[in-house]
Amino acid sequence: MANTRQDDRSEPWKDPGAMPYVRIDKVTKKFGDFVAVDDITLNIYRGEIFCLLGGSGCGKTTLLRVMAGFETPTAGSIWIDGVDVTAMPPYERPVNMMFQSYALFPHMTVEQNVAFGLRQDKLPKQEITERVIEMLKLVRMNQFAARRPHQLSGGQRQRVALARSLVKRPKLLLLDEPLAALDKKLREHTQFELINIQETLGVTFVVVTHDQEEAMTLASRIGVMNHGEIVQVGTPTEIYEYPVTRFVADFIGSVNMFEGSLIEDEPDYVRVESAELGGIFHVGHGVSAAPNATVWVALRPEKIHVSRERPEGNGDNRVAGVVAEIAYLGDQSIYLVRLAGGRMVRVTQPNIVRQGGGDRITWEEPVWLSWDSSSPVVVTQ
Amino acid sequence: MNQRRSFFVLTMMAFGFAFLYIPILSLIVYSFNESRLVTVWAGFSTKWYVALFHNEAVLTAARLSLKIATLNATGATILGTLAGLALARFGRFRGRAPLSAMVTAPLVMPEVITGLSLLLLFVAMEQAIGWPAGRGFTTITIAHITFSMSYVTVVVQSRLATLDESLEEAAMDLGARPAKVFFLITLPIILPAILAGWLLAFTLSWDDLVISSFVSGPGSSTLPILIFSKVRLGVSPDINALATILVLIVTTGIITAGIFMQRQQKRRERDVQQALAANL
Repeated sequence: MANTRQDDRSEPWKDPGAMPYVRIDKVTKKFGDFVAVDDITLNIYRGEIFCLLGGSGCGKTTLLRVMAGFETPTAGSIWIDGVDVTAMPPYERPVNMMFQSYALFPHMTVEQNVAFGLRQDKLPKQEITERVIEMLKLVRMNQFAARRPHQLSGGQRQRVALARSLVKRPKLLLLDEPLAALDKKLREHTQFELINIQETLGVTFVVVTHDQEEAMTLASRIGVMNHGEIVQVGTPTEIYEYPVTRFVADFIGSVNMFEGSLIEDEPDYVRVESAELGGIFHVGHGVSAAPNATVWVALRPEKIHVSRERPEGNGDNRVAGVVAEIAYLGDQSIYLVRLAGGRMVRVTQPNIVRQGGGDRITWEEPVWLSWDSSSPVVVTQ
Repeated sequence: MNQRRSFFVLTMMAFGFAFLYIPILSLIVYSFNESRLVTVWAGFSTKWYVALFHNEAVLTAARLSLKIATLNATGATILGTLAGLALARFGRFRGRAPLSAMVTAPLVMPEVITGLSLLLLFVAMEQAIGWPAGRGFTTITIAHITFSMSYVTVVVQSRLATLDESLEEAAMDLGARPAKVFFLITLPIILPAILAGWLLAFTLSWDDLVISSFVSGPGSSTLPILIFSKVRLGVSPDINALATILVLIVTTGIITAGIFMQRQQKRRERDVQQALAANL
């Protein structure tokens, strides 16, 4: 087990010699004229929890169903552990799926549901019973073995569905919105349980979700999808801190997006003049774009500092405004600050000092916003 | 509040049962009537039952009706289930729209038209290919299957429409081939609908008069045809006796099936409990 954890920490996708465990090669899926999955190429490595993240209709579920074998790709191929499974029907693939609706068989008990897959493989009875019990113990459902699905709560059903999809020891487990049907508290708890089970068994997971928080907690890597294409693949940190397009920056978390033009382009920094901001961004990373090209600068709300005093420095990376709205959320507050040009900027500040005491920034107060040059990200599309 | 609601529910139930069963109850009671007059009570007697078992015409008709109804129900259930499956599960295939429209047409078609058109078809077929020779058991069965499969189709299709397709996909994902998926997952789940379809087809055939009259021939009177022609000459109490026997058979059958199913369920649950206890 310690080994598995080690493997998880090593980042196989950074090693050019590493063999991908699942290889999605130029896969396209069309329904009539509608292109659900558009020429996707993706490598997933052994032991990963890979999240496909996107809004509804972005093609993430179709891609998952192509991997499971329920849809035949219009073009391209799928390889699992070095075997081309593109033409393989779902009942022959070394892949199992956990459905969003859980799809537990209503006319069977929990025990029969979990045993179903093993019975299809015609394993000896003794082995089936042992493996079912072992799996039910792992998901802590062994005392409910004789129950029917309709006698279980949502969280219990979720665990039975997980046990059923894991009992055949698949090479790859596909999970379609695994936590969507659970309430918030249970969801948070189950996320960590899912990670624990994944680490114990070492199975490769591909998770489809529209919930960015879920993707951030679960994933070793995230693939953000939009209009049937993968826009960006990266670790949660990479996706959040270094989005490559406006869509990704906007989709993950909240962001302030400023249009501007490149006025200085050096290998280790750029300066962007933005009329919307009424100032200049000094960005501490290089950009591959033509001089004077239109670019967008993404700035996360929590990376902006609010102060009454004018910050020190040469004049870049700061701007004056007036507080228009304050939303107190308990752990943090959201400030909407109106700039001179009328543009609103969203700023979040942790409430380190207890509210009610002290001299706090309040409505209609003139303030200065400032940020570090490492905070803004320049995207070109 | 609760008290009042339970009173309301009980009243509704009483009315419902009365509405459904008082006619049948009066029929049973009068089957034990001594009098030849159906509506006048003259004391208890079982003589109509004795008379019934000596009435060769009634017995022949009953046997014929039973045979046709059983064969029809089975045939209609198989065809109707297949049609329902095709409509609900095979997506958009060529000819889906006409099938969907045509399969439900007999539901709204006047029986007289169905009967007449079938009669014309059978006559034309006999002249062209010599089959079916004459009209009787075969033609009635075919005619009944024609209209009662529509009912089965509708019942099965609507059940399948509410069945979560991911159940079948999950079974396939766990290694079951399509045929096994159908027999292990789809069929057991929709079985109540199929049984309901079978019973519906059985009863439709059992009491059909109009279509049967068109396609029956001499010497092939079904029970409804016989009863109808007898009633035209005046109602005789042995018909009551016959009906009572049928009610008894149906009731016994349903209760037996219910007890059997309950026992099977209990046994399965006990097996699982024992298996678990042995392994813990």
